[in-house]
Amino acid sequence: MTAPLLDVRNLSRDFDVSRPWLNRKLEGLEKVYLKAVQDVSFSVNRGETFALVGESGSGKSTIARLIVGLLTPSAGEIFFDGQSLAQGLSGAEARRLRRRFQMIFQDPLASLNPRWRVTDIIAEPLRVFEGGMPAPARRQRVGELLTLVGMAPEDGVKFPHQFSGGQRQRIAIARALAANPDFIVCDEPTSALDVSVQAQILNLMKKLQQEFGLTYVFISHNLQVVRHMANQIGVLYLGRLVEVGTPARLFEAPRHPYTRMLLDAVPDIEMTGRRRKKVEGEIPSPLSPPSGCPFHPRCPLANDRGRREMPLLLDGVACHAVEEGRTRP
Amino acid sequence: MSTLDISPAKPLPPPRPPSRLRRILDSDIFWSWTQSPVAVGATVVALTLILVALFAPLIAPYDPFNPATLTLMDGFTPPASKSAFSDNWFLMGADHQARDVLSTIMYGSRVSLFVGVMATLFAIVLGMGLGLAAGYSGGMVDAVIMRIADIQLSFPAILIALLIFGVAKGILPANQQESLAIWVLILAIGLANWAQFARTVRGATMVEREKDYVAAARIMGVHPVLILFRHILPNVLGPVLVIGTIGLALAIIEEATLSFLGVGVPPTQPSLGTLIRIGQQFMFSGEWWILFFPAVTLVLLALSVNLLGDWLRDALNPKLR
Amino acid sequence: MTEPLLSVRGLTVEFPTRHGILTAVEDISFDIMPGEVLGMVGESGAGKSMTGNAIIGLIEAPGRIARGEVWLNGQRIDSLPPEAMRAIRGRRIGMIFQDPLTSLNPLYRISDQLIETIRTHLPLSQDAARKRAIGLLDDVGIPDAARRIDDYPHQFSGGMRQRVVIALALCAEPDLVIADEPTTALDVSVQAQIIDVMKELCAERGAAILLVTHDMGVIAETADRVAVMYAGRLAEVGPVRDVILAARHPYTAGLMGAIPRLGENLVRLNQIPGAMPRLSAIPPGCPFNPRCPRVMDHCRSHRPALSPIEPARKVACWLYPEVTEA
Repeated sequence: MTAPLLDVRNLSRDFDVSRPWLNRKLEGLEKVYLKAVQDVSFSVNRGETFALVGESGSGKSTIARLIVGLLTPSAGEIFFDGQSLAQGLSGAEARRLRRRFQMIFQDPLASLNPRWRVTDIIAEPLRVFEGGMPAPARRQRVGELLTLVGMAPEDGVKFPHQFSGGQRQRIAIARALAANPDFIVCDEPTSALDVSVQAQILNLMKKLQQEFGLTYVFISHNLQVVRHMANQIGVLYLGRLVEVGTPARLFEAPRHPYTRMLLDAVPDIEMTGRRRKKVEGEIPSPLSPPSGCPFHPRCPLANDRGRREMPLLLDGVACHAVEEGRTRP
Repeated sequence: MSTLDISPAKPLPPPRPPSRLRRILDSDIFWSWTQSPVAVGATVVALTLILVALFAPLIAPYDPFNPATLTLMDGFTPPASKSAFSDNWFLMGADHQARDVLSTIMYGSRVSLFVGVMATLFAIVLGMGLGLAAGYSGGMVDAVIMRIADIQLSFPAILIALLIFGVAKGILPANQQESLAIWVLILAIGLANWAQFARTVRGATMVEREKDYVAAARIMGVHPVLILFRHILPNVLGPVLVIGTIGLALAIIEEATLSFLGVGVPPTQPSLGTLIRIGQQFMFSGEWWILFFPAVTLVLLALSVNLLGDWLRDALNPKLR
Repeated sequence: MTEPLLSVRGLTVEFPTRHGILTAVEDISFDIMPGEVLGMVGESGAGKSMTGNAIIGLIEAPGRIARGEVWLNGQRIDSLPPEAMRAIRGRRIGMIFQDPLTSLNPLYRISDQLIETIRTHLPLSQDAARKRAIGLLDDVGIPDAARRIDDYPHQFSGGMRQRVVIALALCAEPDLVIADEPTTALDVSVQAQIIDVMKELCAERGAAILLVTHDMGVIAETADRVAVMYAGRLAEVGPVRDVILAARHPYTAGLMGAIPRLGENLVRLNQIPGAMPRLSAIPPGCPFNPRCPRVMDHCRSHRPALSPIEPARKVACWLYPEVTEA
């Protein structure tokens, strides 16, 4: 058993969403913090895909940004290949680690500089990490990368707006691969794309993973996509992990009531005619989360303990009812 | 069949991008320009005035600032007529010092345009630098820069320019005042106008800063200064171009105002504003042309540049396209 | 045989641009029966929203309906003056859009907007209209409707706002509701709730729905029949179960295969190569031919018309001998 490539321990992140100082003093308000991520721990094995799935306000994108260092944690630690990333993106150590990880974003148009040619966009990591590379070699490498993601080297002279959404995401993938990373955080990489294009990108990402032994953290709200991509899945609700497991275990025998509710909400495209349970209630505002278990106001199995006490993630699920062996209300 | 299959053949190096001229002629902006008679007209007028000003020494019929070529008796010759005393013919008449009004306008627009362009460039560089810094770093830096801009914007630009001009005059030694006057003027007008640019650039920078292409560069560890100049700067240039064009028209008018008030360029180097100040002394004594032609030139210049700016703003606005 | 509620015949929408005339919707014909839910599915740029907008007369200039007819209950509505069209929108055709904030004015209370819409279309007093509005909000599942009716749109969550929009669309008892991506901006669990509400309420009131979406899952849950659009044309029309389980058009089949499923774990998803052509570059012949796995020479030069191949099923594909040329 080798050590995991990424190890996230008790990660938390708060955002200060208070009104400006003067307004607070004049209106007598307290500082307000949004607890976007609370006490999240998971680890990702080399060459595998760990998926984080959740609805809006679940903190999944915040976790992505914490891992790549765009945000610094309020508490907790992230270890990459045994080394702590607590310093964020600064420091010599981080600089050496940084070339090993990359990120792919949701909106491929916003993640590519509209004023740059595709060649320059893909070559940027090469300029940063391989400063000594001569220009012809760099052009050659960009051509290879474009071919690798299913485009033509000639596409390098164009600008991002001249491509379709799927092609733009291919360009973003080529940029991510340019400096030979071994770890990529994918933040909703296909949610802005049409299904037929989504299938292309998902297939491409799986193929590249096999070819280069890549490790993915895959963020998505789409359960079908996650099911297709992941080796391990973590279900997030209001900034906390409520259930972790393999796709087979999670989808065939979901244990947390929220996971079950999410699965029930997925449209029945197979036309099996399964009657799903009605989804109850809405996600509370992360600004004023419920006491105790965050899911208790919507939970059919909630009891007094759930209203007071936060359940711990035990054996892959954070639920008092599962702990106590209650499966029916 | 899949598009994923990698061809084993070695990929060719990317071909050369299309030429810049080709891209400009193919662009939507150029097309929108051809569709707007106002923009085409404004371009023709502005270009003509600029070219005439640029090549004034070559095409001006007289050298109005060389006393040796002036015949004092030609003074006050009306437009489109020959002087009663010499063989000189004046299309726009001659002024009280017998200078050809057309030639003084040509040389005058040169000064006006030079001051306007330089002052606007100065304002753009200053405002863009401060705006980028404020927008990207936020917090204290942002607060200080933008409050200064707010204070400055609450005064009329001309008042600020007058103030700076006055202070500079007090500092500079008397024998250099004349030679440095034009630079002081540029400094004064530029300093009076930077806040507009800073505001616009700051807003655009704050929008661009949050975009994922900046995040991608940050993850790679690109230095913030490089992110600012290589990534963000090219993306905030659009609005700068628009207010820069309109700002140029404003700067030209501000220069004319200052020169009209007598605090601008020295009389030996008259700008359009100076010419108007001289001309207005003769307005009610019948020699209208000394005032009229410089004034019309100033209006045409400011109006055409302003119309170009307006058109550019609309052409770059995706909502109106 | 009942008469169709909505009948679209040969609808064509064009956009003149500097590069020539672009055809966003070309020669589309379909019917919606009273009380029926017709799903219109397609990828972005397929022209599905444009079709919905053309029916309610909301094509933005310089776009225009170049050819075709739209009949509502035996009345031709595509040629009506804007004034008469406005009366039909809201009264006889209700509308639900993707972003609830485009339908709700942020400056007015929910009550003002509901009551105004009700009284524009129905001869009711202020009090009666208010009562009706509260009843509607109750029906769409807004808790404590009598109190919340006086809130502003921003005081509602995204899902609750979309419920309000549904109430607004239904308040004049329309015969037809056009729902354009009604759940796209919402979370999965909220989407399920909105689909349920929409389906139940329209069924109770006997209103037909034209459901425009890119999401086959939503169609599978909601629609009776489905119309698949590709590059501005209809590729296939049929009962939703038949189309989903046994697609006839290669595009529909590819689309269905591209959707990852919860129940199975494939190594690789079926993928359609390439992307939908831009409007300026729609190929001659069948618009799908460059991406089609079963393409024949004939497809590259001849455009297939949407033709009946079975009762209740129409396909535009040369694989079927019944198909004629457009």
